[in-house]
Amino acid sequence: MGTKVKKMLFILSKATIENAYAAFVMANGARMEGIESEIFFTFFGLEAIQKKKLEHLKVATVGNPGMHIPTMLGGLPGMEALATKMMKKEMEKLDMPPIGEFLEILTDSGCKLWACKLAVDMFHLKEEDLIDDLDGILTIGDFYSRADQEGCQLLFI
Amino acid sequence: MKKVIANKEVDVNEEGYLVDFKQWDREVCECIAGECNVVMTEKHWEVVEYLQDKHLKEEPLSIRGIKKSGVINIKEFYALFPGGPLKKSTLIAGIPKPKSCI
Repeated sequence: MGTKVKKMLFILSKATIENAYAAFVMANGARMEGIESEIFFTFFGLEAIQKKKLEHLKVATVGNPGMHIPTMLGGLPGMEALATKMMKKEMEKLDMPPIGEFLEILTDSGCKLWACKLAVDMFHLKEEDLIDDLDGILTIGDFYSRADQEGCQLLFI
Repeated sequence: MKKVIANKEVDVNEEGYLVDFKQWDREVCECIAGECNVVMTEKHWEVVEYLQDKHLKEEPLSIRGIKKSGVINIKEFYALFPGGPLKKSTLIAGIPKPKSCI
């Protein structure tokens, strides 16, 4: 039985490591099933494609009930770094690549990576601040036009 | 269930993957490849051998592993086995479909 999904379009709007990985795993998983995939990085999601920032994404320890630590403790200095270190260790065990390598895998797999024009302007970013493998800077309208066939799904993360 | 591939009766699961690797040979391989619209080239055989070697060593397969394999890069891998490379290549190699999400 073949899937009816032909193309997955993701909008990544957050800079936390768990959200970036969610988008990357799903986008890569789509390619692995023969489904086209594209990611549109907007607002804080842009951190995942900024050369200087992409290897420094953190787990959210505040306002994240899944962490099972009191919010006040989550805000203590070093908590974010500790939780991130622990999570990265677990991910390495599962052979999950770091963000930079994951972006390379996605590009090589044919997943298109786009930056949101409005957010790029808002954060005063230049093209050279963003990864070399980026496919371009688009408006949201341009990105919608990428949903050009039957069986497209769009997901906001 | 039983399936006849290259005039041989082999056991496959509901997705068509061989259940018993001992039933795999080059003729069976070429037939399965044909069903996937893949014509086997030297590079295909090289990848198939790599996958089987990993399987025999019980090392899990992933796209990251392919990147590090030194046998093939990801772009070529997608070009050789269009429409789900790891799924197709393992089917052709006669080994189980990888369970990993990455």
